[in-house]
Amino acid sequence: MSTVLSVQRERDDVRSVDRHGHHPVLRAQGMSKDYGPVTVLSDVSLDIFPGEIHAIIGENGAGKSTFMRLLSGYAEPTSGTMTIAGLKVVFSKPEHAQRAGIVLVHQEILLADGLTVAENLFLGRELMRNGMVDDRTMRRLATEKLSQLGCHVKPNALVREISLADRQLVQIARALLDEYKLVIFDEPTAVLTGDEVERLLAIILQLKEQGAAVLYISHRLDEVQRLADKVSILRDGKLVGTYPGSGLTQMDMARLMVGRDFAALYPGKRSETSEDPSLEVRGLVVPGYAKDVSFTARKGEILGFAGMIGAGRTEVFEGIMGLRAASGSVMLDGKTIDIRSPRAAMDAGIGYLTEDRKGKGLLLHERLGPNLTLSSLSRFHPGLMMRRAREQTALVDAVDAYDIRLKTLGVNAGQLSGGNQQKLLLAKVLMTRPSLVVIDEPTRGIDIANKAQIYAFIHQLVGEGRTCIVISSEMQELIGICDRILVMREGRITGEVSGETMTEHEIALLATSNMTTRDKRGWKT
Amino acid sequence: MEDMSAVVGSTPLRQEREWNIGWADVGPFLALLALLVIGFVINPDFLSATNLGNVITRSAFIAIIAVGATFVISSGGLDLSVGSMAAFITGITIMFMNSMAPEWGLAAIPAGMVVAIVVGTACGLMNGLIVTVGKIEPFIATLGTMGIFRALITYMSDGGTIPIARSLREAYRPVYFGTIGGVSVPILISIAVAAVASFALYKMKYGRKCAAVGANEDVARYSGISIIKTRTIAYAIQGTCVAIAAICYVPRLGAATPTTGVLWELQVITAVVIGGTALRGGKGHVWGTVAGAVILELIANLMVLSDFVSEYLVAGVQGVIIIIAMLIQRFSK
Repeated sequence: MSTVLSVQRERDDVRSVDRHGHHPVLRAQGMSKDYGPVTVLSDVSLDIFPGEIHAIIGENGAGKSTFMRLLSGYAEPTSGTMTIAGLKVVFSKPEHAQRAGIVLVHQEILLADGLTVAENLFLGRELMRNGMVDDRTMRRLATEKLSQLGCHVKPNALVREISLADRQLVQIARALLDEYKLVIFDEPTAVLTGDEVERLLAIILQLKEQGAAVLYISHRLDEVQRLADKVSILRDGKLVGTYPGSGLTQMDMARLMVGRDFAALYPGKRSETSEDPSLEVRGLVVPGYAKDVSFTARKGEILGFAGMIGAGRTEVFEGIMGLRAASGSVMLDGKTIDIRSPRAAMDAGIGYLTEDRKGKGLLLHERLGPNLTLSSLSRFHPGLMMRRAREQTALVDAVDAYDIRLKTLGVNAGQLSGGNQQKLLLAKVLMTRPSLVVIDEPTRGIDIANKAQIYAFIHQLVGEGRTCIVISSEMQELIGICDRILVMREGRITGEVSGETMTEHEIALLATSNMTTRDKRGWKT
Repeated sequence: MEDMSAVVGSTPLRQEREWNIGWADVGPFLALLALLVIGFVINPDFLSATNLGNVITRSAFIAIIAVGATFVISSGGLDLSVGSMAAFITGITIMFMNSMAPEWGLAAIPAGMVVAIVVGTACGLMNGLIVTVGKIEPFIATLGTMGIFRALITYMSDGGTIPIARSLREAYRPVYFGTIGGVSVPILISIAVAAVASFALYKMKYGRKCAAVGANEDVARYSGISIIKTRTIAYAIQGTCVAIAAICYVPRLGAATPTTGVLWELQVITAVVIGGTALRGGKGHVWGTVAGAVILELIANLMVLSDFVSEYLVAGVQGVIIIIAMLIQRFSK
């Protein structure tokens, strides 16, 4: 039997107390986390008090999720300590944190698809009666808990059959099944809309009333402003500071997150775009993801695709690339292309950078040269034999052109930092000489310096006469670099913004509005 | 080897050595060496040229089939049907040769070899298509065809044996028992097969694709590599290799029986795994596989020579070896 907590009394604990005389539910001091040579979190200290909603904000890759994983036992810190009521605690498993009263509600949906809602809710802590699983009670409790969250799925529905938003609510209900002293929400509203967001915010306020501490991670600064008693800002793995929630405007928060003005992050707007079509998509259907999608990308423009997670943006382009079953007409530079195979799409001149760099973009255990040429083997190695010298030259060129930082050319792709991996992936896709480049989440998990470089590369490649489509969940990014933005919601294009109308408000409206809960029920993911 | 003098301006790049060797590359050969030493200590006769020659010759079938299996496993697949496929091909080949012998005389032998290669490649292709186009788990698909091939050879031989015709026996003998320049023919054939295979795997585009598909199917797909084509070809290569092994095998026993090739799949997969190729796919180690096949045969030979362990337990020992090899792969990861 393993010990729940390895507990060790600290003799000279300086107790910190808030203005109401409360002791913190959790003190984190000097928390750092390295993954190999990469430091993702460095020396972060935070006191979390009961009855308080404490928002953690920061850009992608700032270390928010890592910090939350440390607090909730999903990862162990490289250095730093956590104390509860003066006792040092070490969580080597999520169960340890849960027994200490700390629970994390994940950003990703982690449910067993093939089990029912009730089974998922009680997974690993099934209620027993007379030595048997007590299904009836669990179903009843499931219905109760879920209706508190305004979720009305049947407890014996299979999770794979309910909508993405409902799955998120089931996951939240699962975390709230027991009473916790500290509940951590990692972007809980990313896949929720309208009513559901409101209901969740009400639940969070209720938790606060009951005296629980809430850590709240969100990209939605308006929510943060409404909810948070305190706001802590992380940037590049470091804590910038903790501020009272009432004293910060959204602009303040954004500035603190980025650490400099936006103007410097994004290259200047370009004026010249042609009216000639590059990519013309008509009536594209991706079963289960996109319905009747039609749009045109003009030659030399940067066209953005905005929308919520699950709106079908990625799937539209996977359909066009032949990576997913799809039907409809796709023309590139006036020629109809076959959308059944990725090879055909690449040969026709479309390059696609996946959002899942590590899972689908690069062979992490393979060296850089083979990664670079994997999409263009026939071009690099005409005939029977491979031309390694040619590959090596191309690698040296790419390292130079894309400023890929590395110690030696012999490293594996997995040993590069996220930003350098993304540059390698960009180089790999451009090796196929595409006339249209689709970049899905160009800067996910990338630090600010690399971000600015990626934006500059995007500008450069349209400057060279290519067309670029950028899919992103970061509205500021799209507004910063795109000439025009199309917004998708639930598998359809709901509008276009450009020039004057290109504002976060307008995009958010198109991405979320006018939806009744009933509409969404029929929407399967 | 490569011209690396053009080091990039701003980035300080260390000169990279082309040979960067890991445990998976040298491990099998070190194990082979250790085994030879142990063998010599147990019984000095073990290292005699005659004994070693015999052992390596006997390992040739497994080595040839295992070279094919290196492709399949490297691409992320598995083939359990190789043993019964070998029996089936042996049966068909002998029947074909026997029926043609009265008319064609000795020409029936090369014609039979061509038939063997064609049938073997077709069998492999079938396995491949069931796995890729049919989208059936390789384990299940080849478990099924394993049963089918085994039933077919049992049916063709009517539960007995299919012996090769007397008129052909003498002429066919050298394919197993002959030597060229003092080296036995099966050894030469397996070296040739391994050389062609390592060329395909390390010098041709196909090898890259194979390793990419095995290492991460999604990355390969997103890179425009056809998973179906790459995997199907791997299975077809496996079939061809089984056919080559069957051709060498015919003169050794002079007949096909329902028990021909029983448990070869165990030896083949063990040889590949102890040769350094990961069972979950990725880079294939052709020469490691050959070393693996020799190691297995050496261990069997040691068991016979040493009297420590009954030779009836050979398959048991091979089973233990594959489990240990998998454990090593698990923990070295």
